[in-house]
Amino acid sequence: MRRSIIIVTSFMVAFLLALVPLPEWAIMYRPDWVVLVLIYWCLEIPERVGPVVAWFVGLLVDVSQANLLGLNALGMAMVGYITNRFHFRLGMFPWWQQAISILLILVLYRALVGWIKGFIVPIHLDYPYWVPCIIGMIIWPWLSVILRDASRVAKVH
Amino acid sequence: MARGTSSTDLLRFALLVCLSVALMIVDFRSQYAHYIRSTLAVFVTPLQVVATVPQEVAERISIWFISSEGLRDQHEVLKSEHVKLKAKLQKMQALERENENLRHLLHAAKKVPDRVLMAELIEVSLDPYTHKILVDKGLNDGAHIGQPVFDPSGVMGQITQVMPFTSAVTLITDPSHALPVQVQRNGLRAIAFGTGNSDRLRISYLSPNANIRVGDVLLSSGLGGRFPEGYPAARVVAVKNDPGEAFLSIDAIPIAQIDRASQVLLVWRGEQKPKILAQEFEDSRDLEAQHR
Repeated sequence: MRRSIIIVTSFMVAFLLALVPLPEWAIMYRPDWVVLVLIYWCLEIPERVGPVVAWFVGLLVDVSQANLLGLNALGMAMVGYITNRFHFRLGMFPWWQQAISILLILVLYRALVGWIKGFIVPIHLDYPYWVPCIIGMIIWPWLSVILRDASRVAKVH
Repeated sequence: MARGTSSTDLLRFALLVCLSVALMIVDFRSQYAHYIRSTLAVFVTPLQVVATVPQEVAERISIWFISSEGLRDQHEVLKSEHVKLKAKLQKMQALERENENLRHLLHAAKKVPDRVLMAELIEVSLDPYTHKILVDKGLNDGAHIGQPVFDPSGVMGQITQVMPFTSAVTLITDPSHALPVQVQRNGLRAIAFGTGNSDRLRISYLSPNANIRVGDVLLSSGLGGRFPEGYPAARVVAVKNDPGEAFLSIDAIPIAQIDRASQVLLVWRGEQKPKILAQEFEDSRDLEAQHR
């Protein structure tokens, strides 16, 4: 129960971070907060958070971005599936190897979403498009520590 | 661990992929996905509103630091502008009446005035790769898909998604948007395409001998039935004639303040009406009645 509250709260915070207005130059570089939080829970409790939960979260992202329904849902379901699949291996990795794996997952996610978006609007998948993946990789170690602490506190009390 | 085997996992994932693809096709081709969106918006809209709080707080704080002198100056400017606009409006009303009479003489269909409702912007950075904004009027206010949106200076875009309390406006600069326009000087028709750049529109498919030049103002032409006729949309800034190309390459800048406006106008055309009859409509009609 407490854990569910932590999960829902973390996703809500991620949504807020994804929606908070940023200065114009920074909009392009906003990391995929929701995806990062999703990856964390897929690794931590794969028996509860997997592709299905990811799909619903992605659907909410689509609504919040006024995007095509199903676009981010597909991307996130893929992230959920891959992370669930490799959660044993990823859990054993030292933190820097884990961060690199996260980078790969984020790149895969952005590639899929960008490719589908390309059918509807002509977009250039040039270097600013991939920068959020690198930012996500840098954030990852800190994010995972914060979320681990949060869930530990919730379990202890 | 209570988990299925990897093959059921894969099956479940494949099912989700099919579901996503189906949903995308339905959303792209029809308006049925609108119901799903409206339902999910119930969870998302509160977050979107909360996310704007920091910005609002910052604005409030910056208001404290405006000097009274600056305010007085601003007040003066607005006052003089108000007087000027009022004078213009009087002339406009006379012209409108005259126009109506002329139309009557010609037995032309009577033009029904458009109705407008002010909407506040909630979110401007929905997705950096599409030009969409979120405004605070939705289904409950009678907003509908395809509804034209203006800012005080010109055409802004059209509503493409309506949710109960909000709606998403696709701007004319979105790469997937095309706006039928007309050159103010000579009535030449053209189409203005969005470029994904918030200060550029591209005018395509005009032959090299078309009468268009730098500085021309483009008005919405009303063709296509989406946008009302005669609202300023863009100003031509570059006309390039490449002998190797079949058409002119023309750049224009939008007249509306696409990336600076904080309030926009939703327009109900003709007989359509917003659900709530706000005070402003009543007022404007009283004004019209007085002048008759």
